[in-house]
Amino acid sequence: MTVSIIRFGGSNCDRDAERALEHLDIDAEIVWHEDGLPEDPSGIMLPGGFSYGDYLRAGAMAARSPIMEEVREAAADGVPVLGVCNGAQIGCESGLTEGAFTTNESARFQCEHVYLRVERDDTPWTAAYEEGDVIEIPIAHGEGRYEIDDDRLAELEDEDRIIFRYCDENGETGPDVNPNGSKHNVAGVIGDRETVAVLMPHPERVTLPDVGPTDGQGVLQGFESA
Amino acid sequence: MTGYTATVTVRLKHGVLDPEAETTQQALERLGFELEDLRAADRFEVDLEAESADAASERASEMAERLLANPTIHDYDVEVDER
Repeated sequence: MTVSIIRFGGSNCDRDAERALEHLDIDAEIVWHEDGLPEDPSGIMLPGGFSYGDYLRAGAMAARSPIMEEVREAAADGVPVLGVCNGAQIGCESGLTEGAFTTNESARFQCEHVYLRVERDDTPWTAAYEEGDVIEIPIAHGEGRYEIDDDRLAELEDEDRIIFRYCDENGETGPDVNPNGSKHNVAGVIGDRETVAVLMPHPERVTLPDVGPTDGQGVLQGFESA
Repeated sequence: MTGYTATVTVRLKHGVLDPEAETTQQALERLGFELEDLRAADRFEVDLEAESADAASERASEMAERLLANPTIHDYDVEVDER
């Protein structure tokens, strides 16, 4: 297993992701998007950052770069794909996952620690936790408000596609503990397959013990369990 | 072939929260303006050559579908004028 971390112009969490994965003994390599994916990729991570300066919409340009066609094909073949922050925006813009991440309700960039409730523990990305667990994790985004048609959101909820919701430290969700105004406090969703997931918070920033809490390790360990 | 300018206007769907528009409205109100509501939109002016106005409009619509708009949150319209 070697996770290909795709670097676009403006990615800036690619090296953090590499360090975090290596700390978990998961091989990782940074792949420049123009070079394309390696043959038979075994894992793909879309890291955070500000690809293409967030021009047009966050993630819009990167989502339409040629390497994303390869990513979609790999994802359809069952290769695990994780998008974090800008990678989550790219994931939604490219159709890997449904919905859109758009301007925070506050209209401000928000950089803070939040709590997430694990909504199901039977996906690779959440298998390290128990359903209902609360994890502490940072967000750092201006466009993280999950937006989708109400009817479609109800369907996604019926299909158990929501894997993380913003909550308080006791696991209660609601408008008061919704940092960006996301519909139904959605922080992370899976795609058509459980092996494809995106989330706005940064698990790679809470993985190395030297820098604080390590609640994010379980998300990245998904590459091994997928 | 004729030269056209296709104007693509992309706006949030009705009901989708627009924090930037709300902030802009508040700023106008702070300046003393009276207004009821404010909606913002992105406008793209695309110069292109096409066989007909319909063909130009069709191509600009495809641009909107594939990149300029995000169908999850946006509606768009296209207007075509001869250059």
